[in-house]
Amino acid sequence: MISTFTNTDANSPLAAELAQRMANRKMAKEGRTIIFRIKRCDGPGKPSRWEDFKVPVPKNANVISCLQYIAANPVTAQGQQSTPVVWDSGCLEEVCGACTMVINGKVRQSCSCLIDDYAPGEGDVMTLEPMSKFPVIRDLWVDRERVFHNLKRVKAWVPIDGTYYLGGGPKESPQKQETRYKLSECMSCGCCLEACPQFNLEENKNEWDSAFIGAHAISQARLFNEHETGKQLKDDRLDVLMGPGGVNDCGNAQNCVKVCPKHIPLTESIAAIGRAVTVRAFTRFFKD
Amino acid sequence: MAQQRVIVVGGGLAGLAASVRIAEAGTPVDLFSLVPVKRSHSVCAQGGINACNEVARQQGYSEYEHFDETIYGGDFLADQHPVLEMANWAPRIIDLLDRMGVPFNRTNEGNRDLRLFGGSLFKRTHFAGATTGQQLIYALDEQVRRYEAEGKVSKYEFWEFLWPIIEDGKAVGIVAQDLRTMQIRSFRADAVVMATGGNGLVYGKSTQSVICTGAAAARCYQAGVWYGNPEMIQVHPTAIPGADKLRLMSESARGEGGRVWVPRKKGDTRNPKDIPEAERYYFLEERYPAYGNIVPRDIATREIFSVCVNDGLGVDGQNQVYLDLTHLAPDYLTKKLGGILEIYEKFVGADPRFSPMKIFPAVHYSMGGLWTTFTKGSYNPNDALTKHKSGSRAPINFDIGLGMQLGAPNNSMTNIPGIYAFGEVNFAYHGANRLGANALLSCIFDGLFCGVSVVNYIKNEAPSKKPADSVAQSVFDAAVASEQAKVKRLMDAVDPAGNRNVEVNPYAIGKELGDEMTAACTVVRGEARLKQCLGKLTELKDRYSRLKLADAATWTNQSMSYTRAMGDMLLIAEAIAKGALERRESRGAHYREDHTERDDANFMKTTRAVYDPASRTTTVDFVPIDASLIKPTARTYGKKEASAEPAKKPALAGV
Repeated sequence: MISTFTNTDANSPLAAELAQRMANRKMAKEGRTIIFRIKRCDGPGKPSRWEDFKVPVPKNANVISCLQYIAANPVTAQGQQSTPVVWDSGCLEEVCGACTMVINGKVRQSCSCLIDDYAPGEGDVMTLEPMSKFPVIRDLWVDRERVFHNLKRVKAWVPIDGTYYLGGGPKESPQKQETRYKLSECMSCGCCLEACPQFNLEENKNEWDSAFIGAHAISQARLFNEHETGKQLKDDRLDVLMGPGGVNDCGNAQNCVKVCPKHIPLTESIAAIGRAVTVRAFTRFFKD
Repeated sequence: MAQQRVIVVGGGLAGLAASVRIAEAGTPVDLFSLVPVKRSHSVCAQGGINACNEVARQQGYSEYEHFDETIYGGDFLADQHPVLEMANWAPRIIDLLDRMGVPFNRTNEGNRDLRLFGGSLFKRTHFAGATTGQQLIYALDEQVRRYEAEGKVSKYEFWEFLWPIIEDGKAVGIVAQDLRTMQIRSFRADAVVMATGGNGLVYGKSTQSVICTGAAAARCYQAGVWYGNPEMIQVHPTAIPGADKLRLMSESARGEGGRVWVPRKKGDTRNPKDIPEAERYYFLEERYPAYGNIVPRDIATREIFSVCVNDGLGVDGQNQVYLDLTHLAPDYLTKKLGGILEIYEKFVGADPRFSPMKIFPAVHYSMGGLWTTFTKGSYNPNDALTKHKSGSRAPINFDIGLGMQLGAPNNSMTNIPGIYAFGEVNFAYHGANRLGANALLSCIFDGLFCGVSVVNYIKNEAPSKKPADSVAQSVFDAAVASEQAKVKRLMDAVDPAGNRNVEVNPYAIGKELGDEMTAACTVVRGEARLKQCLGKLTELKDRYSRLKLADAATWTNQSMSYTRAMGDMLLIAEAIAKGALERRESRGAHYREDHTERDDANFMKTTRAVYDPASRTTTVDFVPIDASLIKPTARTYGKKEASAEPAKKPALAGV
């Protein structure tokens, strides 16, 4: 998540965390066994419970490889027979967003979470919990349908005329491309929503269209408003974002940008959309 | 008559492109995916997507040369007409993606930037940062979301395809299971498009996502769909070994000057930076003075295997070699390779700018797959031409329909009417070896070009006379009952105590399957080892029939789903091993130590694997290919001297 490539500010809190992780890596003992404390839940409406699993840690182990070990050996640290822990995963390269969970209290992808960084010593404990802003399906697997639903709310697409051959798209400056590419790296993982104090668990789908839409969707609206053809729907997007659950519900906590694994400038996007919404409100006021 | 529908299974590039095209034609689409489609494996593609472009064209390049490169790169195993059509369509596909808003890298003037890639002398690869696949799938995902919002596409995400329903010899629907509620039900459709990707998980660890089990293809295979060239599996030379998967390290690391080496002394445990130049073995540079570190993928892969397995020179006594960039300036590396070096740093915890990377080849792509057919286009020369001279005038232009007939109902259809296979899951286009940056192209091409064929099939062919809607409900109920019975058999095998025995633990069986396939069916293959592998597979099938599960849950039971897929993976593994055994020659990715030469007379043919339900085994034969456009030549990449030699007496892979 944090890397020496993307984090160049030596005084930032991220740099301090990175330094701690690097120090842990250096002292990590080979052949050690650590404890995974996992928050488990059998399904919607069922109570949660904690289970501990002892896991031997090979070289290059990450949270995924440890969960794979537990799946093959579902016996708790106390020797009780249990079941394989259920979790969501896909690419294991931090590019699909599937394996997001709360690890040691912080939301992140579990594939890029190296054990050496967090549990360097024999018997060290790591905690795994499902994201709290989405309904749990089972154990660590949550239902993030709302993340995708909110992309529909802001019409996060370019309204092309269809797939018949009609020549190329508009020219674009390299600067514009760099801005859009950065925004377009969003993998809908939901880290920004988990960290956001304004975005809350909402199991009633009827409430989704009036609850806070979240930083990811606001940033996607900006992405498509920046595109020559995409901006045809700009007013539609801004109208949604000035309504209930729109950009004005943002409380400016700025947690989103701190946890984004792709370092997307989410607060910049929120500010840009905030300004655009203001302009749109004025023009609407004078038109109506 | 009720409205006809199409089912698309798989939400990667091929499935999404097909959904867009079919929905656009006014036919409702039911789209099934194991994961939210935006998280499909297509996101992992890094390099780019190939297409002739105006700059290259004015330098002498053409769609025809792209076609020629793809046939040559695939070592003359692909049917040629479909490849021609794909190359001709490539520029149109790039333009369409551009219109959809893909943030392709730009030149100062605002044109799409291009990069050089393997197998071509021209810059013909379009790219979006280091995550081209992610950017392309997002663009298609957005278009599908638009159709979903309009009610033209219905998504079934977290649903697993279980079986194709075939009645009167044609597809009429599928059985699928909701992986959350575990509900099993049938869905009617007049055509079923399989777009379910590769089968990397058969090898345990590969560069592929955890969902790439190949199980969906294996289920079609058991239902009677033929499987083409199963043995053609691409092994990428440079991947990052990990405890959970093998992550790709792009070829561009070598392109930018990376050097591959091992310590000359066996078991040398010194820090690599303390090993003097004279005590380092730069084996690619020494064995291939002309090409050095940038020999083609298959040669680099075989040499790395040989040095580790044969010579025992792997770093730290393990199967890994150094890929060293530390002689280059850190600033230069950050600028040129930052994105991919960050992946290494993130997952290994070492900075490749300051310490050499440890890498090893990894299973990467399935050239083989479900067998598909096509209708030839209008370009049919009396005699096949000789290999195209790079940069010379193309013999034909790039009109639509020269390679394949646009809209012919059988394009990319399997041997079972109404079942189509698009993208990596089919065997078309890439022959015995895929060129870099052609995968994204073939997926989108199938979806767009052959999507029209699906619509024409349901409108004009058999389903127009007897639509799926008119088939008796009992047919669908029986298919559901059959799948429920399979689940019951697995759930009857729940025995937490018995699960502790590795003999019958499904995860232990899966690991042994991966280890065996990696040892016998990857870089170097041989008669004796393949026969041994088939024996091992028989043993694993037997153990599979006695396995014990640990989870009795009737809600979101992942281990049941995994175990069920493993049964299917065992059958695909057998098809791979049998294909590799029967193909007694070396071609592309398939290298036989006991048959080191290409044998066009006997094996310039498609390996056709057919499943026999009675014996539950694979039979293999070889069927002629369409090679009517380009005559085969030796695949030397112009290096007749040292580099043309195969790896020196390589040993069995991974033993």
